Amino acid sequence: MKVTKRTFLGLAGASAIALSAAPAVAQGWEPTRPIDFVIMAGPGGGADQIARFIQSVVEKNDMAPRPLVPNNKGGGSGAEALIWLNNASDPDHTILVTLNSFFSTPIRQPDLGIDIMTFTPIAMMGVDPFALWVHKDSGIESFEQWVETVKGANGDYVTGGTGTGQEDSIVFAYTNNAFDMNSKYIPFDGGGAVAAALAGQQIQATVNNPAEARGFFQSGDVRPLLVFSDEEMPAYPGIPTMKSKGHDFSYYNQRAVVGAPGMSDEAAAYYQDLFKKVYESPEWQGYLESESLSPLWMNPEEQKAYWELQMDVHKQLLAEIGN
Amino acid sequence: MEILSLLGDGMLIAIQPLNILLILVGVTVGLFIGAMPGLGSVNGVAILLPITFLVPPGSAIIFLAAIYYGAMYGGAISSITLGIPGASTAVATTFDGRPLALKGKARLALVAAAVASFIGGSVANIFFTLFAPLLATVALNFGPPEIFALMLLAFATFVGLGGDDIPKTVLSICFGLVVAAIGFDQISGAPRLVLFGMNGFLGGINFLVLAIGVYGIGEMLWTLDTTRGEVTSSKADISAKGIITDTGETFRLGWKGMSIGSVLGFFVGILPAAGATPGSLMSYGVTKMLSKNPKEFGQGHVSGVTAPEAANNSASTGAMLPMLTLGIPGSPTTAILLGGMVIWGLTPGPRLFIEQSDFVWGLIGSFYVSNFFALVVNLAFIPLFIWMLRMPFTVLAPLIFVLSIVGGYAAMADMFDVWLIVLFGIGAFFLRKFDYPVAPAVLAIVLGPIAEPTLRQSLLLSSGDPTIFFTRPIAGPITFVAIILILLPALKYLRPAKARPAE
Repeated sequence: MKVTKRTFLGLAGASAIALSAAPAVAQGWEPTRPIDFVIMAGPGGGADQIARFIQSVVEKNDMAPRPLVPNNKGGGSGAEALIWLNNASDPDHTILVTLNSFFSTPIRQPDLGIDIMTFTPIAMMGVDPFALWVHKDSGIESFEQWVETVKGANGDYVTGGTGTGQEDSIVFAYTNNAFDMNSKYIPFDGGGAVAAALAGQQIQATVNNPAEARGFFQSGDVRPLLVFSDEEMPAYPGIPTMKSKGHDFSYYNQRAVVGAPGMSDEAAAYYQDLFKKVYESPEWQGYLESESLSPLWMNPEEQKAYWELQMDVHKQLLAEIGN
Repeated sequence: MEILSLLGDGMLIAIQPLNILLILVGVTVGLFIGAMPGLGSVNGVAILLPITFLVPPGSAIIFLAAIYYGAMYGGAISSITLGIPGASTAVATTFDGRPLALKGKARLALVAAAVASFIGGSVANIFFTLFAPLLATVALNFGPPEIFALMLLAFATFVGLGGDDIPKTVLSICFGLVVAAIGFDQISGAPRLVLFGMNGFLGGINFLVLAIGVYGIGEMLWTLDTTRGEVTSSKADISAKGIITDTGETFRLGWKGMSIGSVLGFFVGILPAAGATPGSLMSYGVTKMLSKNPKEFGQGHVSGVTAPEAANNSASTGAMLPMLTLGIPGSPTTAILLGGMVIWGLTPGPRLFIEQSDFVWGLIGSFYVSNFFALVVNLAFIPLFIWMLRMPFTVLAPLIFVLSIVGGYAAMADMFDVWLIVLFGIGAFFLRKFDYPVAPAVLAIVLGPIAEPTLRQSLLLSSGDPTIFFTRPIAGPITFVAIILILLPALKYLRPAKARPAE
């Protein structure tokens, strides 16, 4: 599966230019009431932490005249949030923090009638890598050993992650296919619950994002075996990538902000400018580093191109894993 | 002892002038936010989170925790005086608090709620101080099968209650479970029961909306219908002596509920995904089941007030535990606190107690101080709330109606919820007319969304084998007790029918 690696980097290169050329912002429009800051996931997970962090950066630096009000709508692998935006009564004051279910949910549930290309691009704040985690008491030290253990369990090995068809299940399904393995997958309500289930050994492996697994990683309860990024991650020295295991696969969760369909150009320009300021703030740059996110700024046109690309990638991935 | 010296240091941090001031402001603000229908601790903490950037992180979380505490006290006030649950955590308090107020014992109910909240909070604080890291490990051992077993036990306590009409109770629970299933399915992501294709149903029914409809509007209609507006809610005099007498009464009549609520609430609180609302409802159910006179519950039993109120304060302290030690929020409010900690640059998790000892012990110290001040502030405001009750019901009824509508809208800022409130209110009124118990349906709506995914996760774990609920060391005994409780009244119900020949 040739995924997005080159395209990723190509886009990242283009973004450096876009970032330096500050876009002319239409003056005048400002939010007149609190901004509905919808989150495509339940409380406690990666997307939620990021949304609340962004909110705090805006508040702390007094960047907006009206507050961002976080609104968790995690139901149906993000479908609830997408419908909420699609039907927003005031699109100029409704924005969404997305993850990859922004792409996968409309593909898996065409009945919802969501066309993400009608949404308004605002900002790509970064991409979040995935890692494979096991409990320290499992005795598993390497990825090869893990593959053997899973195969030896004959389908009784228990993995867990977020909702079926969401990012975690895609990564597991791909890994299972690639190494001809078979394991159980238990869906949980958000990345925080997944991390705790592994720490309590309710499940045997997860593919949490670094931020979600950090507490238990620092305490030594869980151990990474493999990362799904393009290169080895500085936070986990010596942990191999999926690519080094002979499969050209990398997978990142997008941490992007999008606006409701039908948002006026003036409002879109306002939010694009606002989130650019957030992106450039020392707080956000520090957060990218401490939470092991990769920076990947894009302008609105690049974001739309990225959406199209990701829709194709996810269609292919979901077809391959038979979901 | 090391813990005592750490706690002592923590208390010293909590009683610094800035922190004491924040605690006082926090519990007072929390009390009113909690008392305001529609606004609960979640809203209060979310709204005031930005203010905390002005003070150091230690003081910030002390302030937010004080609001959280105050709101748990405050929720009882509108439950008792108006019959509208002030917050979802105080729904169970309306079951007996409102009947007490209608009997002219509003002062007793308010005092009982305040004192029980204090006791619940204190017990939880002691547990927290002594056993925090140990309990965090216990919480981790609760996987899907254990949590489902616990939910089964909660349902069993409601079915197993003597006195109620059992088929109607079961029907009421089933109705609640169906309502709980509305919206997106967590496991498969598919939409379910989107009635008439209306998008408002996609997100599921917000519990608070239902509670305001059933208890705010439904109660009001019921009271108007049965009394024709001739009720004056309170004749109680307001005096310090009266409050002291009522404190005595609270311990005499409500000690059982208080003890059960304090302990059970805490343990439910520390479980991820549960929180204070299930904690208070379960404590009510268990207290009623263990009571010698279960029939008095729902008619104005003091233990019916003390159990949920002790439990919701105890659970709110308990819910802090998985947040601090595991980084998993035990309730919606702690989810926001967790976000706050990330913002302040603190990583919640197993190492927080070691690396940020001052922060953690300052916070724990502040629990004790907040709890004390919340009690004092609450008792001080009781005369004000009783004075409100002196209004004739013909004045109160429109007020209840307006507060219910405004509160329902404030929760999610969605008109759809307001129509649901009216619908649920009318529905609840007719259910009562036909003598169906409403509380079991309310319980099912709170616990259904926890019970259903854990049931399915468990069955996925076991490849569809239901013995998983009996063979695991923690889940097994709980399931066993639950099943016995469910069967007991069923047997009771069948036997007299057989023994007695048809008349």
